[in-house]
Amino acid sequence: MDAFTKHTGKVVPYDMPNVDTDQIIPARFLKKIDRVGFGELLFYELRYEEDGSPKPGFILNQPRYAGGTVLVSGPQFGIGSSREHAPWAIQQYGFRVVIAPSFGDIFRNNCYQNGLLPVMLDAAEVDTIIARAQEIQGYEVTVDLEAQQVTDGHGLAASFDIDPFRKENLVQGLDDIGLTLQNEAAIDAFESANA
Amino acid sequence: MAPKTMFEKIWDAHVVREEEGKPSLLYVDLHLVHEVTSPQAFDGLRLNNRRIRRLDKTVAVADHNVPTNDRDKPLTDEVSKAQLEAMQRNADEFGLEYHDMFSEKQGIVHVIGPEQGRTQPGMIIVCGDSHTATHGAVGAMAFGIGTSEVEHVLATQCIWQAKPKTMEVRVDGALGFGVTPKDVILAIIGKIGTSGGIGHAIEYTGSVFRDMSMEGRMTVCNMSIEAGARTGMVAPDEKTFAYLKGREYAPKGEDWDAAVERWTALRTDPDARFDTVVTLDAADIQPQVTWGTNPAQVLPVGGRVPTPDEFESSQEQTAVEKALAYMGLNGGERIQDIPIDTVFIGSCTNSRIEDLRAAAAVAKGKQKADSVRALVVPGSWAVKQQAEEEGLDQVFTDAGFEWRDAGCSMCLAMNPDRLAPGERSASTSNRNFEGRQGPGGRTHLVSPPMAAAAAIAGHFVDVRELN
Repeated sequence: MDAFTKHTGKVVPYDMPNVDTDQIIPARFLKKIDRVGFGELLFYELRYEEDGSPKPGFILNQPRYAGGTVLVSGPQFGIGSSREHAPWAIQQYGFRVVIAPSFGDIFRNNCYQNGLLPVMLDAAEVDTIIARAQEIQGYEVTVDLEAQQVTDGHGLAASFDIDPFRKENLVQGLDDIGLTLQNEAAIDAFESANA
Repeated sequence: MAPKTMFEKIWDAHVVREEEGKPSLLYVDLHLVHEVTSPQAFDGLRLNNRRIRRLDKTVAVADHNVPTNDRDKPLTDEVSKAQLEAMQRNADEFGLEYHDMFSEKQGIVHVIGPEQGRTQPGMIIVCGDSHTATHGAVGAMAFGIGTSEVEHVLATQCIWQAKPKTMEVRVDGALGFGVTPKDVILAIIGKIGTSGGIGHAIEYTGSVFRDMSMEGRMTVCNMSIEAGARTGMVAPDEKTFAYLKGREYAPKGEDWDAAVERWTALRTDPDARFDTVVTLDAADIQPQVTWGTNPAQVLPVGGRVPTPDEFESSQEQTAVEKALAYMGLNGGERIQDIPIDTVFIGSCTNSRIEDLRAAAAVAKGKQKADSVRALVVPGSWAVKQQAEEEGLDQVFTDAGFEWRDAGCSMCLAMNPDRLAPGERSASTSNRNFEGRQGPGGRTHLVSPPMAAAAAIAGHFVDVRELN
């Protein structure tokens, strides 16, 4: 897993509540057995016409947001299915960070497993970022995981909370399984005691 | 000792390692695997030269993209075929018990767990599927995980979890005629919203759940995730024990007696406190129909579809406008005037024998509307067989419904069963998200009897008004 410490990138403001994982990646694309190729399938129904051509109005198809790396959206982002294909698709499109007022629990866990940073900010701060991204061409934010802060060049300085364990793993790019296997004696002991 | 909730008792009994302020490492008693969220996990094991730590606590089944008819013919969908073949290869290579679509133990993963007695009170159960909370109906802590976590559990039999808060959802009173467990959970989601349970483990309490059958409790726990909660549970009682006794993987003889004693002690202590308490009155719950594109957008069947101006915030208004546009509704129309094209009776929410009996009771001796396609997809081979012994298949086929083999089917349209763009369904499944039942498909979530009644009328009807 890639380590995450600090990232500066262009904001893509998708101003919508309840973006569920079926929207992020429809179920019919979950049949792939490898981990690659999901970026072009991100938001498929919203992003493409039936003939596969891009829908001009959709946020990812607007030239001004091309190359965006910070996705900002409304509350309850990532609710629904446990599909890890959702963070894979977001990450493989090129995003490093998703900012929203709240997240679906499983989605948020899945992000951590892949070095994609889910950042929860107050609704008012999210609204500010969305408004600025809509107004200011090429609007960027800096997400500093170590300082737990999101800043822009326009006076925003928004702090966020993150579980210290998740933070540590992200900063070091640690793989959960390796970490757990350091506790193998404790697992053995648990199994013996509960056999 | 401080009084504890059932959730806390189960949690505490599974801690392998804990440290203040960090997630705990919990031991997993049962890991259910299916073909869709596992191939990349097996790849990960292979890459790192790891094996499955506890094959005896792991079982795999094909459910999400298996066809529900013509299983004797070759699969027409090459990608589904490749995924099912990968599941078989992975099972063979790692020595994992696997039930393919020809096994008599095959079915939807959340149907077969309890049905075979693998799901037991007090367990921690995980599966790469968000509807894993279904197993909480027997008094287990069951939750969905992602593919990386599937790999983690395969390798270590453990999972890191931050402790959620506890939530009691209490429904007292008696349900009215024609009101089902599905209506109860939809009403709960309608009340607390899709985010109401985020970060919480729910325990469903009160006379409604005590009086509810095991199948009904499964329906309720199943949709905990639709309220944002990863897990939902009901305390084990005599009904739970009667349901599990004699099932293949349930304890036997002396072990059974010891287990019942242990399971009885799991119940929430009388003075234990929940972080959040939500109460509903059973008498207020009516048959429910969703009108929008998330399960909290739900109304009693007698209602009218809302218009955006009935909502306060501009964000809500925009979301309602978008939902109405997607659903092809104007707002203001009576729910009962909405015509439907397809009826789907099935899914891990509502495909158990009791669900099929309830739907068949409505369909018996009637004919579906000409314009409607109606599918009945039992949750497992065992459910299918039981239904056929009871003659339910005949009731359905006589009424013009199709009788299928077990699988997830039109709940998420990974197999050939799906809605065409613009088609509208009355579905007993769990999600009415955009495109869930096929690109452009429009889903209304309902109970099995409401779905059967809609198939016959060609539009929604109040089951309570049928004779």
